[in-house]
Amino acid sequence: MKKGTLKQILLITDGCSNEGEDPVAMAALAREQGITVNVIGVLDQYDTEDSHGLQEVEGIAQAGGGISQIVQTKQLAQTVQMVTKQAMTQTIKGVINQQLQDILGDGETVEDLPPEKRGKVMEVVDEVGETADLHVCILVDTSASMKNKLPTVREALTDLSLSLSARMGENQFCLFLFPGKRKSVQKVISWTPQLDSIKRIFEKISSHGITPTGPAIKEAVKSFSSLSRKQSLVDDDEAYDDGPR
Amino acid sequence: MTAQDNLHFAPGTLIIGKWHQNHYQLVKWLGSGAQGTVYLGRDGRRSVAIKLAKDRASLISEVNVLKQFEKLRGDPLGPSLYDSDDWLTRGGTIGFCVMEYLDGVSLSEALKRKPFDWTLVYMLQLLKQLQQLHNSGYIFGDLKPENLILMHPGHAIRCLDFGGATRIGRSVREYTEFYDRGYWGFGSRRAEPSYDLFACVMIMIYAAAGKRIARTNEPQVQLIHFVKNHPKLAPYRKTVMNAMRGNYSTADIMRRDLLQEVMTSRQSNPQMPQSRRNVRKTNAVSNRSGWKSAWLAASVLLTAYIVFVIVYVM
Ligand SMILES: Nc1ncnc2c1ncn2[C@@H]1O[C@H](COP(=O)(O)OP(=O)(O)OP(=O)(O)O)[C@@H](O)[C@H]1O
Repeated sequence: MKKGTLKQILLITDGCSNEGEDPVAMAALAREQGITVNVIGVLDQYDTEDSHGLQEVEGIAQAGGGISQIVQTKQLAQTVQMVTKQAMTQTIKGVINQQLQDILGDGETVEDLPPEKRGKVMEVVDEVGETADLHVCILVDTSASMKNKLPTVREALTDLSLSLSARMGENQFCLFLFPGKRKSVQKVISWTPQLDSIKRIFEKISSHGITPTGPAIKEAVKSFSSLSRKQSLVDDDEAYDDGPR
Repeated sequence: MTAQDNLHFAPGTLIIGKWHQNHYQLVKWLGSGAQGTVYLGRDGRRSVAIKLAKDRASLISEVNVLKQFEKLRGDPLGPSLYDSDDWLTRGGTIGFCVMEYLDGVSLSEALKRKPFDWTLVYMLQLLKQLQQLHNSGYIFGDLKPENLILMHPGHAIRCLDFGGATRIGRSVREYTEFYDRGYWGFGSRRAEPSYDLFACVMIMIYAAAGKRIARTNEPQVQLIHFVKNHPKLAPYRKTVMNAMRGNYSTADIMRRDLLQEVMTSRQSNPQMPQSRRNVRKTNAVSNRSGWKSAWLAASVLLTAYIVFVIVYVM
């Protein structure tokens, strides 16, 4: 059996998009291509909870088939890794539910099984979550209001890498900032198995007033096809040498 | 997903399992956590703990782990699992499990109230239990005082919450930052015995400081400094540092080292009063010898006097 790959976009933002495509539509577009979109809304004590931007956070995650979570800056690290793992479980369960439907029909889901069988299914979900390959494209909002939250974001991402690298499956990460220096979205790290050495990247950022969330999600979706192209190239090469990925 | 955030029910509420048809009555609310709400209940003949889950999937994972531990020999670590089922309410289906009711105080309470000597006793006990758990191929994962309970008679340690239990070699399922070695820069989140042993160190640090100390910019330096300089921890620093650095591959080795340090520090720890007693004792000795010489002098004089009298009278 072929080992599956889970694809996720992780969006970290504190508010409302104001430029380019509708981010909710772009999230739906991602989902259409088998990519889950998770969104984390970061607040500090000065932000109010009921702002319009937070509605957007939920909307994007819903359209992207993922999870959204609003957190205070200091809880960011634990939330980022939890959301990522929960979203993996959710995706895997979704796939299993679909297969159950094919077998049992009638809108039967894992939840409808007796506890003993459900336990078996959950073991499988755990197993897959532990061994599957995971590709996460991270989008960080660097608009002006995010500026003082960025050191914590950086820490949270290092922590995420630490959590995921303990899994048995392989990981690939890439990192986009928006708005970027010249373009609206800027790729700062291309696909890599480990997210260390991201300290410098966040220090060089100049913050703008615009928040092009939609274009950022679109770029992220595109990046997944570049990864699979790169990997198939590597696969072709493997016949000749075991070169680095 | 059906998220049941409101899991509050009045005492007396009857719960009937959908699959196994067992009846339970809620007696008292015990506590709520991230995963759900726990009630004291009765199943007719005995008291039980009933956990109503927010999310049925995570309950199932926990039940799976509890079932694993049922098979373990020796002292039971967690509560026995009696039943797991679904309860159909008007608000939706709620997953629940029924387990042994563990009566006691949580370790977080006990650590606050008892002197540090007790922390060491609890640690030695915990390490013994962890070894058993590790032998079965699992680590505890989310090890913290809040998840440990001291049973009412006898102070035996039992574990309440197995949500973090993870097969060795996997990535740790659930953790609490303060007790997590990754958070302090002391290693990975891969499930191995040394992951739990690091959490033991943090429990000791928590007990010594009386609170969760805040992480600084250089967490490794910070912890090492704390252990070496805290008067309560310094006597055990060899073991503590080894565990912190991940040098122990099993709980047994750490237990053996800790035990040795505890036993040897017992003799040197109450050093102050003991040496003072020694001083007093030597004083007493020298006093007595003083008396002896005085008495000797007196008896020599007396003998001389008697001899003199005898000689004189005769
Ligand atoms: N078997 C038991 N016997 C006695 N009390 C129990 C038992 N299980 C749980 N409790 C009580 O219920 C409370 C909540 O339980 P528990 O911590 O397992 O919930 P949780 O939702 O898993 O929490 P979290 O995962 O956030 O720690 C505990 O603090 C404890 O006091």
